[in-house]
Amino acid sequence: MTRAVPRQSKVKSLSDAIAANIADGDSVSLEGFTHLIPFAASHEIIRQQRKNLTLIRMTPDIIYDQMIGTGCASKLIFSWGGNPGVGSLHRFRDAVENAWPHQLELEEHSHAAMASGYDAGAAGLPFAVLRGYQGNDLVGTHSNIKFINCPFSGESLAAIPAIRPEVTVIHAQRGDKFGNVLIEGIIGVQKQAALAANRVVVTVEEIVDDLKASSNSCILPSWVINAIVEVPGGAKPSYAFGYYPRDNEFYKSWDSIARDRSHFLEWVQDNVLSAPAKNVDVA
Amino acid sequence: MAPDYSPDELMTVEAARRLGNGRICFVGIGLPSAAANLARITNGADTVLIYESGTLETKPDTLPLSIGDGELCETALSTVSVPEMFRYWLQGGRIDVGFLGAAQIDKFGNINTTVIGAYNAPKTRLPGAGGAPEIASACGEVFVVMRQSRRSFVDHIDFITSFGHGDGGDHRQRLGIHTAGPQLIVTDLCVMEPEENTNEFVVTSLHPGVEKEQVSQATGWRLRFADKIATTPPPDEKDLFALRDLHARTARTHGADGTDS
Repeated sequence: MTRAVPRQSKVKSLSDAIAANIADGDSVSLEGFTHLIPFAASHEIIRQQRKNLTLIRMTPDIIYDQMIGTGCASKLIFSWGGNPGVGSLHRFRDAVENAWPHQLELEEHSHAAMASGYDAGAAGLPFAVLRGYQGNDLVGTHSNIKFINCPFSGESLAAIPAIRPEVTVIHAQRGDKFGNVLIEGIIGVQKQAALAANRVVVTVEEIVDDLKASSNSCILPSWVINAIVEVPGGAKPSYAFGYYPRDNEFYKSWDSIARDRSHFLEWVQDNVLSAPAKNVDVA
Repeated sequence: MAPDYSPDELMTVEAARRLGNGRICFVGIGLPSAAANLARITNGADTVLIYESGTLETKPDTLPLSIGDGELCETALSTVSVPEMFRYWLQGGRIDVGFLGAAQIDKFGNINTTVIGAYNAPKTRLPGAGGAPEIASACGEVFVVMRQSRRSFVDHIDFITSFGHGDGGDHRQRLGIHTAGPQLIVTDLCVMEPEENTNEFVVTSLHPGVEKEQVSQATGWRLRFADKIATTPPPDEKDLFALRDLHARTARTHGADGTDS
């Protein structure tokens, strides 16, 4: 794992941060549980036409529907693949049901298992253990759910490998130029996903001189992240607590945008490929 | 005179009544969320709601569209990380009732939210597990609220996402699961509860005006009825007013009709 010098600016442009940290074939986690989903960063990954990524995320949400539909992903590790409060993710379904734009390998879990897998990754353990998956048909759909016996009581428990992304990307409310990161509200699994990864890219609503962090709201110190990028609105159409609300109307409209392949591709052309990165370049 | 009400309204009100007061409830989004919040509003202050996004003791004024809406966090006693939620609060055995919906359910309360058809060549790919498998195994007991039809109440589910009573009887215990599992299904037609020993769901209460035949027609397995069948009490005015007010507030906030969440 890269250990960066703390008192050095890690401020990058979005395009530089993605280009320097994400390569074709990487396993990439873009986390944020409904809140603070790093959409701007995912759009830059799409613009840079990354291929063969293993995408990891508990709730693929619209963000991975877009990345799957544009052909960035060859594998998905996930636990709930719907459009929250709306219904299906049509690009995800089209990939699974019809292999469009190409085959998508699935490694499917429950939330409890994924959360434990990230936790084990952050803790430097080889696997996560949980009381779960009993009688569940997910067992056997891939080789990463197994059962072990507790060495003390003999109880049968489920185990999955630690989740260790090559790169984790998160969006936060604030950071400073050194890369200390503050998150408030629904904190999800971002801290674990970041600490489990080899490289960490953080986009933030604001880069500030003083985080004004209360005792517990700075979730990552500068020396565990590789790049920080100021991207106001970088979580839209999800939300940033204290900055802007969730764009529920967009989540609803996504259903008809994504349902049709050509409509989807038009939307991506107009709103991602032709749209410049939404942050100023840093000299 | 009792007020007019819809089958959906009675379903939600009955599910809320069954939750009672003073229980700690892990809430799924959609119909369970409406019922659990109605219970919190009408049954008393001691109904504790927890959502998997990490919100402990949340008291949303409107129903959330997603499991992680800002409203859930802003009105919560505290918000914890997702790993803490699943490991300490759910797996730790601190939840009384898990409140779930389902795409498909069978007579032993096993739930499918993963695929229709074969896993590797699905006819319809559904969202998947989310928190449900461990909600179903770690909560003291599980309530299910869903509309009844032959498509959803099936003889054989295509995929067990959340284990109920398996093949019936003591199947849970044989797998080392020590919680009670599904104990209640409330639909827009009736209430079902597991029969003693077999743990097969049988009808224990019919909603007013609903005939046995109608429920059998809406069920994909050979539905059985308890020896003594009650009639579900219609919603009283207070419950109905609270539910409609909740949906109206939700509609004003989300710009939706607010009736299905």
